[in-house]
Amino acid sequence: MGKKVTVLGEVRDGALRNVSFEGVAAARTIAEDGEVVAVLLGAEVKGLAEELIASGADRAVVVENEKLAEYTSDGFAQAFLAVIEQEQPDAIIAGHTALGKDLSPKIASKLGSGLISDAVKVEVEGGNVVFTRPIYSGKAFEKKIVTDGVIFATIRPNNIQPLGKDDARTGDVSELTVEIKDLRTIVREVAKKATQGVDLSEAKIIVAGGRGVKSEDGFKPLQELADLLGGAVGASRGACDAEYCDYSLQIGQTGKVVTPDLYIACGISGAIQHLAGMSNSKVIVAINKDPEANIFNVADYGIVGDLFEVVPMLVEEFKSLLVEA
Amino acid sequence: MNIFVLLKRTFDTEEKIAIANGAINEEGAEFIINPYDEYAVEEAIQIRDQHGGEVTVVTVGNEEAEKQLRTALAMGADKAVLINTEEDVEVSDQFTTAKILAEYLKDKEADIILAGNVAIDNGSGQVGPRVADLLDIPYVTTITNLEISGETVTVVRDVEGDSETIETQLPVLVTAQQGLNEPRYPSLPGIMKAKKKPLEELEIDDLDLDEDDVEAKTKVVEIFLPPSKEAGRVLEGELNEQVQELVSLLHKEAKVI
Ligand SMILES: Cc1cc2nc3c(=O)[nH]c(=O)nc-3n(C[C@H](O)[C@H](O)[C@H](O)COP(=O)(O)OP(=O)(O)OC[C@H]3O[C@@H](n4cnc5c(N)ncnc54)[C@H](O)[C@@H]3O)c2cc1C
Ligand SMILES: Cc1cc2nc3c(=O)[nH]c(=O)nc-3n(C[C@H](O)[C@H](O)[C@H](O)COP(=O)(O)OP(=O)(O)OC[C@H]3O[C@@H](n4cnc5c(N)ncnc54)[C@H](O)[C@@H]3O)c2cc1C
Repeated sequence: MGKKVTVLGEVRDGALRNVSFEGVAAARTIAEDGEVVAVLLGAEVKGLAEELIASGADRAVVVENEKLAEYTSDGFAQAFLAVIEQEQPDAIIAGHTALGKDLSPKIASKLGSGLISDAVKVEVEGGNVVFTRPIYSGKAFEKKIVTDGVIFATIRPNNIQPLGKDDARTGDVSELTVEIKDLRTIVREVAKKATQGVDLSEAKIIVAGGRGVKSEDGFKPLQELADLLGGAVGASRGACDAEYCDYSLQIGQTGKVVTPDLYIACGISGAIQHLAGMSNSKVIVAINKDPEANIFNVADYGIVGDLFEVVPMLVEEFKSLLVEA
Repeated sequence: MNIFVLLKRTFDTEEKIAIANGAINEEGAEFIINPYDEYAVEEAIQIRDQHGGEVTVVTVGNEEAEKQLRTALAMGADKAVLINTEEDVEVSDQFTTAKILAEYLKDKEADIILAGNVAIDNGSGQVGPRVADLLDIPYVTTITNLEISGETVTVVRDVEGDSETIETQLPVLVTAQQGLNEPRYPSLPGIMKAKKKPLEELEIDDLDLDEDDVEAKTKVVEIFLPPSKEAGRVLEGELNEQVQELVSLLHKEAKVI
């Protein structure tokens, strides 16, 4: 039997994050022949609804309110709960992003429901919606189902394939007016760190540097390689702590969790806290001068050598490949 | 200041993980205080030292968690509470744990509650916000700095690398992110003193809860290890040949370029 699924679209700097389209795809799987309702919350977000419909949602519900210009747990919870109250969905999907991680447990608590966090796969098996999620810092996986109440999950970015966009798809976009009140937290200041270019959590190719990069300048060849491949630069905690780069580049348990098609780790030893953030990558390349480094245990391909020799050679080799192609 | 810390005993994920009888094999494994909860304990001690009051560390688990509670006491916490669910709770999830913690905390008049932002084993990051919601107090997650002045609390929050400065009021619940502080090691006198500090043990009966009130809303149907990757290929030969081979493999075999 078809289900009604609401999926939260997440907006950053005026655009939808990719995880929103992945969420629509997950919702479609769960809905079967039911209905997928996209939800948008913010000060000015209505214009984005059609993109969610083109990506597979049947219709959209939008809550616009000045008080939603910035994310607060209280504000977004009031708005999202009002939509859930109106729609009475069988299932709810959000991204496992900073926003989704902060908001979803509160919504689940209000609904008295379960919540399956950080799912990397969604399947319908014998009438059950089964979510697969990494546990133990990514060293194992569990399959989980909801046994009571609404089905609710957050999905890890870059793991579920979005559906193709079809601009001919149409659907209703309705507005819901919600009074947002009693915000108990106030955002005083937002310091955006230099994250120009590709968003790490959505990047298809990541070139990451560790303490082995040795200096801020040491990141230059990595940046060159990333630019050449249309990817993004990331880092280990070691590199961030040594001030070779900004913490906003950090990948791992504390930093960003990424799942690119290609992850090139340069001068990174492969501590478990780093692996927790990248071991799900489709292809991993390790460049390290220590043949015993743990990173080789998760790598598909490895080169034992000095990254300052290897990375520039890689740049040249990729250049000639790209010229040929 | 009445300060509470939510502390979880976790499997040390630096260890090798194996599966036995459909569950993670805990035999002989190393258990630790969840690392993010260590930041919470440290911050709680610093708040107490600055503003006065008392730090109580609370855990839901079984009696083996006494070891981690004693460590927190040795770091400098004043009291510990173990809510032992061994006898009463068979299947539990984040709903269960949050409900039990909130039921314990509801009449404690906490000024501030500190938790970790995520547990490294089950890794959902749900328990902190859920507890705050059940207690009807505000919360701020993944914090890297905290200042209290009168009733006003100013925190810096890590948002995927960006940082937000947030203002709120006591009572509040916050969850700790790496970078908040450097947790201290228990000192020898600290360890001696910890042996005499109060460690209260409760069961869910004592909280007027029964098994049905805390019944899990989710269920694990399978646990498995990732399909073991074919041993990665470490390339050989002259460095420039290795680089050529790598580019060719990424293009032709892995097809990612
Ligand atoms: C609670 C907690 C959370 C954490 N969260 C994270 C996290 O989110 N992300 C994270 O990354 N870490 C995290 N860490 C830290 C983690 O444990 C490691 O300390 C860190 O990942 C090490 O960084 P690294 O690999 O760059 O440095 P190192 O371990 O020092 O490794 C440097 C590597 O570079 C190699 N090398 C040196 N020179 C060269 C060269 N010229 N060419 C090639 N290779 C070279 C060396 O052989 C070595 O393997 C966390 C730790 C804790 C306790
Ligand atoms: C007998 C038993 C059976 C269990 N069965 C299941 C099961 O079937 N399915 C399942 O998913 N889990 C099960 N668990 C695990 C347990 O329910 C979860 O680990 C727990 O709900 C915490 O979730 P989490 O690890 O995602 O923590 P997170 O939400 O990631 O933790 C965030 C923070 O919340 C606080 N916190 C978390 N847990 C505790 C705690 N126990 N005490 C005090 N503070 C805490 C800490 O500050 C922590 O840093 C079982 C546990 C026990 C003891």
